[in-house]
Amino acid sequence: MSLPNGWEMVIGLEVHTELKTKTKLFCGCANAFGSAPNTQVCPICLGLPGSLPVMNERAVELAMAIGFALNCTIQDSTFHRKNYFYPDMPKDYQISQYDVPINAHGYLTLPDGFRVSIERAHMEEDTGKTTHLGTSGRIHGADRSLVDYNRSGVPLVEIVSGPDIRTSQQARDYVAELRAILIAIGASDGRMEEGSLRVDANVSVRKADAPFGTRCEIKNLNSLRSLQRAIEYEALRQIEVLEDGGKIRQETRHWDEDRGETSTLRVKEEAEDYRYFREPDLVDLAPDQAWRDRVKAGLPRLPAERRGLIESLLGELSDAQRDAVATIVDQGLDEYVLGVADAKGDVSLALARTANEIAANVAGRTNLSVANFVATVAMEQLGQLSATQAKTVLGELLESGGDPAAIAKAKGFEQLSSDTLSVTVGELIEANPDEWQRFKDGDDKLAQFFIGLVMKATKGQANGKAVIAELQSRR
Amino acid sequence: MTEPLSREDVSHVAKLARLRLTEEELVRYTEQLGKILVHAQDLNSLDLAGVAPTAHPFGLVNVVRQDEVHPSIDPAAVLAEAPDAEDGRFAVPRIVGEAP
Repeated sequence: MSLPNGWEMVIGLEVHTELKTKTKLFCGCANAFGSAPNTQVCPICLGLPGSLPVMNERAVELAMAIGFALNCTIQDSTFHRKNYFYPDMPKDYQISQYDVPINAHGYLTLPDGFRVSIERAHMEEDTGKTTHLGTSGRIHGADRSLVDYNRSGVPLVEIVSGPDIRTSQQARDYVAELRAILIAIGASDGRMEEGSLRVDANVSVRKADAPFGTRCEIKNLNSLRSLQRAIEYEALRQIEVLEDGGKIRQETRHWDEDRGETSTLRVKEEAEDYRYFREPDLVDLAPDQAWRDRVKAGLPRLPAERRGLIESLLGELSDAQRDAVATIVDQGLDEYVLGVADAKGDVSLALARTANEIAANVAGRTNLSVANFVATVAMEQLGQLSATQAKTVLGELLESGGDPAAIAKAKGFEQLSSDTLSVTVGELIEANPDEWQRFKDGDDKLAQFFIGLVMKATKGQANGKAVIAELQSRR
Repeated sequence: MTEPLSREDVSHVAKLARLRLTEEELVRYTEQLGKILVHAQDLNSLDLAGVAPTAHPFGLVNVVRQDEVHPSIDPAAVLAEAPDAEDGRFAVPRIVGEAP
């Protein structure tokens, strides 16, 4: 979307990711989504007097892994109490990192090469989950709030970008790439709809090269689509206010996905004063070189590198193929395509089958070995299976496993003999003399017409390439 | 010397801490808190140029535990302490707006 009258968006994003640990940040309660309310709580995460937090080692390592993956400086860091009154935090403060975060000054490179700076990626604890009850079902209409503390104390890393993003598409690309990285390094499950990955967008507008305008922070962005829509709505809203001679108030705004608009949630009248002070119950983090090296050595290859590897096997890519590669890497299905490449098979075909058939049933991948995938693609490539038949075999393998050749046989996917095919083609040419004449006269589009007829006549058992060869030989 | 702490400072801090102070309390706490600050300012008379700031009496870093699940407490016991509960959750008066 382009903005009117030379306006430009300035966007910075704050991404909170829950860390994929077994336990919470400061206590041994389970870190799991979807349990019955208040079943994963203890005196520490309920903030009962006298309880003391103890740092989760794995959470520190995942935070460092995020720092490495985002090219940050990993530094000795401290913890603070952020004091505020809201029932999602029973202690009345959140333990967070303030002036000295564990990760600072990094960057993330988008697939198109655009680099977004990362100001910091710090550790903190998540809050409880509040449900607002009320007749209207909206926050402002609620008359009672219910609190579940299962999420209270779950480890989070907040990743703060610089104000470098200039379009809603870039914002979307940034979150998509960040999400892919977090999943790849095992730090997050990346589920925006479950709230394990949450995005707040700081949006302002300006005329090109003018100083930054006043920004508004948008909350409740639960999908990449919401993120993009909310940013576009907000930028246009601000432009309208400014062009009417008004001023933008610095405020927090709530995105309403159904109405497709943002509305004021909280006005920042005075600078927020959280009375930060050092958390006296925790000592500093100062990972030594050996610990840092161990975490760094444990990092897997990042999505950008994995995409690059698959793309290099394909040569010239269409946009659809580029999307397919991104899907495969996001879902961690690289091994299937790489397996076919190792077997010197058709990588382009492997890409299509992986991005469509396997990605459609990711849970079924435990039933589908790379070897069986390679074998199925080879059968299709050699013309022993038609495209439709190959898809059916893959579907069956994903559903319940087995041997591709045996499945093909059981389904009656024996290829037509060339004699049978020849007879069928001959009959169809006789029945459609006008089309055949036009094909003979050079109208290649008619090949598809005949392939369709052959497929229908043979119930999909013919091989498209074999039909074309038969047609050409009679032309 | 000037007052170490103004009445406005104390009023502001009280507001942040959600404390409602009477005029009399405001005067008294301004004086008491001021004395504490003056006492802490004694440190300024020491030459601490070569001493690193410290926030903790222990010289420890990296105190961590293994990522192992420990049993949580019985939800019935948890909610028994709550003034009000509904649907397995703590029930609190209506909250205006979202968390900071």
